[in-house]
Amino acid sequence: MSAPGKPSVSRDLLELRRVTKTIGDGVATTLVKDIDLVVRSGEFVAVTGPSGSGKSSLLYLLGLLDVPTSGDVLVEGRPASRLDEVARAHLRLSLLGFVFQFHFLLPEFSALSNIMLPMRALGRLDDAAMRRRALELLASLGLEDHAHKLPGQMSGGQRQRVAIARALANEPLVILADEPTGNLDTHSSEQVLAIFRHLVDETGRAIVMVTHDLDLAARADRQIRIVDGRRVT
Amino acid sequence: MRLVLDIAVTHVLARVRQTLVGMFGVAMGVGFSVMMAALMEGSQRDFVTQLVDSLPHITISDERRHPPRQPAEDVYAAVQFSGLRTPVIRPGIRNPYAIMASVETWLQGAVAPSVATRAVIRYAGRDTAANVTGIDPRREVSVSKLASQIREGTLDSLYKSSNAVILGDKLAAKIGARVGNTIALVSGTGQILTCTVVALLHTGISQTDETQAYTLIKTAQILTGQTALVNAIRIRTTDILAARDVAARIEAQTGYKSVSWQEANEDLLSAFQVRNFIMYTVVGAILLVASFGTYNIISTITHEKTRDIAILKSLGFTERTVRSIFFVEAVIIGLAGTVLGWILGFVLCLMLGSVEFKSPFMDATTLPLYYSPSHYLMAAAVAMTASGIAGYLPARKAAGVHPVEIIRGAS
Ligand SMILES: Nc1ncnc2c1ncn2[C@@H]1O[C@H](COP(=O)(O)OP(=O)(O)OP(=O)(O)O)[C@@H](O)[C@H]1O
Ligand SMILES: [Mg+2]
Repeated sequence: MSAPGKPSVSRDLLELRRVTKTIGDGVATTLVKDIDLVVRSGEFVAVTGPSGSGKSSLLYLLGLLDVPTSGDVLVEGRPASRLDEVARAHLRLSLLGFVFQFHFLLPEFSALSNIMLPMRALGRLDDAAMRRRALELLASLGLEDHAHKLPGQMSGGQRQRVAIARALANEPLVILADEPTGNLDTHSSEQVLAIFRHLVDETGRAIVMVTHDLDLAARADRQIRIVDGRRVT
Repeated sequence: MRLVLDIAVTHVLARVRQTLVGMFGVAMGVGFSVMMAALMEGSQRDFVTQLVDSLPHITISDERRHPPRQPAEDVYAAVQFSGLRTPVIRPGIRNPYAIMASVETWLQGAVAPSVATRAVIRYAGRDTAANVTGIDPRREVSVSKLASQIREGTLDSLYKSSNAVILGDKLAAKIGARVGNTIALVSGTGQILTCTVVALLHTGISQTDETQAYTLIKTAQILTGQTALVNAIRIRTTDILAARDVAARIEAQTGYKSVSWQEANEDLLSAFQVRNFIMYTVVGAILLVASFGTYNIISTITHEKTRDIAILKSLGFTERTVRSIFFVEAVIIGLAGTVLGWILGFVLCLMLGSVEFKSPFMDATTLPLYYSPSHYLMAAAVAMTASGIAGYLPARKAAGVHPVEIIRGAS
């Protein structure tokens, strides 16, 4: 991994301050209620909770995909949730990476092209460097032979690893993963978890992973539990 | 931008059939528009050419647009005069040859004098009214196509006998005269002139062919009883569209009424404007219909691609970027369709142009077609605008979707 080495001092990367999210105008539904949370560099956080408790909603708020009804989301200490759409998109592109339960790759693009998408959108590297980095990422996830395959030509585990590679493309500070192993067999799940562990320990990134699997959660550095939209631990 | 283009091209290429349908829709629209424009402008130009060729581009007459100031106005400061009598005899243009010489110094074209009068043709015991125009055949050839419209003789036949006359072919037929016959011209003042028919005139315009007679200037002057009379100067401009400006300049310079062919045919030209308006409306409608196809395709693609849109937005693509992807797709379809339509339009024109219309009364003719890059550009502009709008509307809608809703729905 060509990311910066693990920093000696950990710093706050993402922070939720009394974040509440309600939806609906007539009868309002509260998805997330008064949540405080700090995610530091080099930290692997697992989010657990019953189905429908608001874990995904929390992740969308952390990832600036959704805007809180009240409270604030801070990225590297700076309030970010009230920024406009373009600024939030840029923060997502450069600092955050999403991995979902479903792989969410663009079906017409090869593994390599999918991984290059965020790099091209950010435009920091030239073509050759982007390509080199994408191939490195594929290799580091054991996918060197699949660079030119379309998502439809790969297994679920392979696709999920491509999705992780894509999330890592712009060297984000935080990876936000929503049940990334939900569709995978035990072997693939182990692979994904090993990748996450490696990222956290070796590159100082932070990972927030939503999961139902309490065994997986137990292997994180820290667990938080959501029930009915509130943080209970 | 290259990324946007790449994604757009990938989407479009992944839907060959839909894309082709959309492209053909635009191509049909552009092709038929080009063809129609070529036909319309071709027939219009053909008509104008015939019109303009048969007549001088500008006629300076001995009339004025406003009555001249009366001496009494100056002397008595009178407010108004009414009932002023116009003199019976036409005044003629003063110093016509001086005016001609001065106009010739700057004019791009040619100038010829003429004498217009009316007379009654007396032949075989019958009287028939006719417009008699005295011309200078040597100058006339450079201001009108008259020379090419003479049958059974030439314009120069007017020099053959002392009082020679050329009659419109229908006029000749009406009175029963033939070339070589002697007829009598009787003027309004009672002057009788015995003339020899030396040739016939066929312009194809019945009105003219039934009433027109040409003589030498001198002959017409004798007929009017006014020697040295010239009551019209006819001009042909090299650039026919300059006629209006040239006429205005001459009128300002001489004070004599100078009528350009445009002014003389104002009603006809405004009929063309109506025709063009109809044409543009039809062309616009064709292209609008074609753009519905594009709208449909882009809508379909955006619907199929909502998940991808959510992915791109979750990755950090802005709404603007997502919007431009689908907009560019419409532009690609529009552009490809336009180029195809250009080819189609050109081929249609070639095919139409090769169709011959045969008729026992005429030489075989082909449709008058006018080829102009502006037809192609106009069709392209309308097609591209329509495609752009057809793409923009669904693109804007697609880009506005909330990624969270899609991601929730998909997982
Ligand atoms: N658009 C919506 N309208 C109404 N309720 C919604 C909407 N979106 C989410 N919810 C509700 O909000 C709550 C939180 O949903 P969320 O997806 O965050 O839960 P979750 O913890 O991720 O559940 P799971 O473990 O099943 O994925 C759920 O009760 C869900 O039904
Ligand atoms: Mg969830």
